Amino acid sequence: MTRINDFRARNHPAYWAFVVHRVSGLALAAFLPVHFWAMGLAIQGEVALDGFLRFTDQALFKFGEWGLVLLLALHMMGGVRILLVEFGPWSGLRKNWIAGTLGFGIATSLAFALALIS
Amino acid sequence: MTSSRTQAKLWYWQRASAMVMAVCVLGHLAVMIYAVRGGLSAAEILGRTHGSRLFASLYTLLVLACAVHVPIGLVAIAEEWAGWRGSKVTIGAGLFSALIAIMGLRTVYGVVAA
Amino acid sequence: MTKNLKVKIWRGGKEGGFATFDVPRQENQTVLDVVTYVQRNLDPLLAYRFACRVGMCGSCAMTVNGVARWTCRTNVSKVEKDGRLEIAPLSHLPIIKDLVTDMREFFDKGARAKGQFKGKQNRQDEFARVDPKSKERIAANAGIECIGCGVCYASCDVVGWRPEYLGPAALNRAWTLVNDVRDIQQTERLKVVAGDAGCNSCHSLGSCSERCPKQIEPTAGIAGLKMLVAMAALRGEI
Repeated sequence: MTRINDFRARNHPAYWAFVVHRVSGLALAAFLPVHFWAMGLAIQGEVALDGFLRFTDQALFKFGEWGLVLLLALHMMGGVRILLVEFGPWSGLRKNWIAGTLGFGIATSLAFALALIS
Repeated sequence: MTSSRTQAKLWYWQRASAMVMAVCVLGHLAVMIYAVRGGLSAAEILGRTHGSRLFASLYTLLVLACAVHVPIGLVAIAEEWAGWRGSKVTIGAGLFSALIAIMGLRTVYGVVAA
Repeated sequence: MTKNLKVKIWRGGKEGGFATFDVPRQENQTVLDVVTYVQRNLDPLLAYRFACRVGMCGSCAMTVNGVARWTCRTNVSKVEKDGRLEIAPLSHLPIIKDLVTDMREFFDKGARAKGQFKGKQNRQDEFARVDPKSKERIAANAGIECIGCGVCYASCDVVGWRPEYLGPAALNRAWTLVNDVRDIQQTERLKVVAGDAGCNSCHSLGSCSERCPKQIEPTAGIAGLKMLVAMAALRGEI
């Protein structure tokens, strides 16, 4: 038999960055077809799309939208970090970019939240 | 079972599409934050997108980049976390890619031209 | 300082579990000292590996409190939690007995990644001239200190998720040879380090670079391989 690692081996920033990147990507991938279906209601006309948008005026949906914006911001900036690690001159695991990604995610989702309630 | 050459090519296609999407997604995030102020309404959204060549080209680019980027990422998750292997993974990824492309392009058409 | 350590040690082969031992706590004590004490005084049947016991050979690598480390270079005071220690064999390698793993697949992958040097000169030729300040030599030098201890291999989750993945050590070794301007197997080497079994499966999760006891960063070499593989694939060379 072989043993595998648990959270104790994974307890470092670059690993958390990987998990956030992968899980956010998975969630966004699952959301994408739903997003296209919803926006595609425009083909049936403005009333059809607006009906759907009114349906999503509930708090739960707004929270979901906010969550998706956060996930997208994190996935994107985390992805830029990976592109730097792979394509850029070697500069370690770029942990400053991990912090920056978190900051960008917080800033973007905060901006979205403020826009939501304005 | 894909060859290592194909796997290497999928790798750089995913990275290339990621570079395109980094730019497009920055724009999309800005658009979303702008659009959501005062609540979403179809009239406002379609008022901005209808007949816009700029919107059509940027979002077509984003959709196509998604159709490349997303399935390749999903293959890695399927193989590494679900333990799926073989042609069913690549066929599934291909189908999902087609789904994104078709639904996405239809959506762009829907908000620009319909 | 507690008088005794409560030490859980993995026992078994194909199946196994943790056995608990009470080990006297010393002022200066490494995890290897703990394992040695158990084998000499409490359980002579405990199987474990060590050699130099001074941090040069890498034989004593084990999983200590969930993290792969050299036990001879791990001070108990650094890792014990409330006087408790957990010692297990390295992850991702078949367990022969107790703390001893079968490292054949680790070394086989090193060979499979074309980890051997092959040049075209013989003893009649002049010495090759390699500028130590060249980009390639600096890149190679960053990785040549690897002694094949297996800590990175045990730490890399992609190794756990993909049985065919060559792993950080093999790819790091390949990178040092890719940067050896005298080597004449470069195309073959790029072919074998490409794809899902090779560099393209690395997700830069970085456990290898975090845990390497020699501070080698396989993530760097693997990123370099990704670039070379991509260019070779674009040019149709692999």
